[in-house]
Amino acid sequence: MIRGTVLVAQEICKGCELCVIACPQDCLGLSETLNKKGYRFAMLTADSCTGCENCALVCPDAALTVYREPKPVRRPATSVQGAA
Amino acid sequence: MTPKERINGYQLVYHRPDTLTDNPTHYCPGCSHGVVHRVMMEVVKEMGIQDRTVGVAPVGCAVFAYNYMNVDMQEAAHGRATAVATGIKRVLPDRYVFTYQGDGDLAAIGTSETIHTVNRGENILIVFINNGVYGMTGGQMAPTTLLGMKTTTSPMGRDVVTMGHPLDITPLIAQLPGALFVTRHSVHTPAAVRKLKKALRLAFEYQPLNKGTCFVEVVSNCPSGWKMTPREANAWMEKNMFTAYPPGDVKLPPPGLN
Repeated sequence: MIRGTVLVAQEICKGCELCVIACPQDCLGLSETLNKKGYRFAMLTADSCTGCENCALVCPDAALTVYREPKPVRRPATSVQGAA
Repeated sequence: MTPKERINGYQLVYHRPDTLTDNPTHYCPGCSHGVVHRVMMEVVKEMGIQDRTVGVAPVGCAVFAYNYMNVDMQEAAHGRATAVATGIKRVLPDRYVFTYQGDGDLAAIGTSETIHTVNRGENILIVFINNGVYGMTGGQMAPTTLLGMKTTTSPMGRDVVTMGHPLDITPLIAQLPGALFVTRHSVHTPAAVRKLKKALRLAFEYQPLNKGTCFVEVVSNCPSGWKMTPREANAWMEKNMFTAYPPGDVKLPPPGLN
């Protein structure tokens, strides 16, 4: 499974929970602490993020930055044939 | 905010577009305005037209849109955004001109300007945010308010006898010969956001062809005006707003365009 991670701009987040609903892996939640505006901000609560961008697409405040593991490089098919 | 290119060997796949300014928005938590702002600015960035785009901001919650979109912006009087955009487009025909209006602005006080602008076939993009309520002034009834919907000025629910039917602007616009591309979308799920982005991209790309007005309606929520949490507001919107305002293309350009 491709792994990813999310960075939340905590001072921009307003804690609307739309990313929490949109996450197919259920790995986002709200913090116990408040940011400067007084909102509970979104944060990663589990390690199952795949970097699918769904949370970032529905975020009204563009507070999310998404990173994803690079795809594994497959050996070209020609070299396999050449070895045989 | 400059996101690091890599973090723990992971590649950056999504970050805030630099066509949005760094100002945090004044919108309520969960408001669709922010999503539409972001998607529009992503399209502007991907097309590389940031220095050739002029936006017209409305009166309503999005009155400060010029603080958030990092393109040339002009504020218009209430409802007159399409008229102002007409002037800008005629003076600067090589610019990409769009208006960004809510339902109180476009569908109430600006109905006349909107219909005549589309009827003249001005080569602009009109983005219409429809949440069925006057959000900025405190949740009063708008022309697009659904039947039976409770607002501060229709506390018993909107009824047909005294308040009339909800005004469905998009099919009205579609029957005008000046309209080139008329479509309706929403932003409540990631799939819907992707569809909206494709539609906005098309609408911007049609503009240099000088074939007519593009009109994109976004069925939106208003958690504060509807007195709901963002989660409830999106569910309510899907259940009720989509029956009156179903998403989908209403008028497509003639085949062979582009």
